[in-house]
Amino acid sequence: MKTAIAVLFMLGMASAQAATPAELLAGYRTTAAQQSAGFQPSAQRGAEFYVRNFGVSAKMPACTNCHTDNPAQPGRHVVTDKSIKPLAPSANAERFSDPAKVEKWFKRNCTEVVGRECNAAEKADFIAYVTGGH
Amino acid sequence: MKKSLLLMALLPLAAHADDLRPLRDAPPAFQAECASCHVAFPPQLLAADDWRRVMRSLDKHYGDNASLDEKTRQLLEDFHVRNAGKASKVGAGKTAQAGEPPRLTRTEWFQREHRDVRQADWTHVKVKTPANCVACHTKAAEGSYREREIVMPDGRRWED
Repeated sequence: MKTAIAVLFMLGMASAQAATPAELLAGYRTTAAQQSAGFQPSAQRGAEFYVRNFGVSAKMPACTNCHTDNPAQPGRHVVTDKSIKPLAPSANAERFSDPAKVEKWFKRNCTEVVGRECNAAEKADFIAYVTGGH
Repeated sequence: MKKSLLLMALLPLAAHADDLRPLRDAPPAFQAECASCHVAFPPQLLAADDWRRVMRSLDKHYGDNASLDEKTRQLLEDFHVRNAGKASKVGAGKTAQAGEPPRLTRTEWFQREHRDVRQADWTHVKVKTPANCVACHTKAAEGSYREREIVMPDGRRWED
């Protein structure tokens, strides 16, 4: 929650306003650096996080179960089979353009898959990965 | 002609799938929130009380936590209740078998409408769950469920 507020503040925008993935990444990076001095986003760590089997959810143990091994590819919801547009902004320009939506889905999916909310460092790494590190 | 007369005779008995059209009073949140993980199911498919139960237990939403902020949740509950099916038509109230929270795929109406669907279609790899409307109703994502839009998972057209 603190992170969400900080991000929205730093970006100086209301929830429905647009942002770029780079701006979102910068917001999470700043918050993460405040929590851990010298933090630098890492696409490599983001990639490892993306494929990690957290073993919390039986049907969704990893991001890849719904989003495939490649975030630039469309995915499928493992329970409902609904198609999911690619996560990578290179393949789907809508991604990481709405701070409120990004926070909502980090919260939902981290709780589901990781078993807790993700921290700013994990979010920064994740965005670093899906925006270019794949 | 004979067929259409027969159809006309049958029509008043059931809420026909052809009646399911996109609702003009749908708030943007209906698609944005409900259609992320599944098709935005037509509110007509459950009775008002059943929708209230669904919309008041979003933290336990068929194995998923689909919590919303309270403002959005209330807005969507109101929309569903406003457009809910009549309990006498969809068979709610008697739906002990509909589960908790209730499933629109287990109402008497849904079962009746789908009674001629073969088991092999339900278990087809492209279907996965009876709630996967778009597996056969090709325009379900747009809120349309006309019979002529049905294509079964093996590619054949639907014929009554």
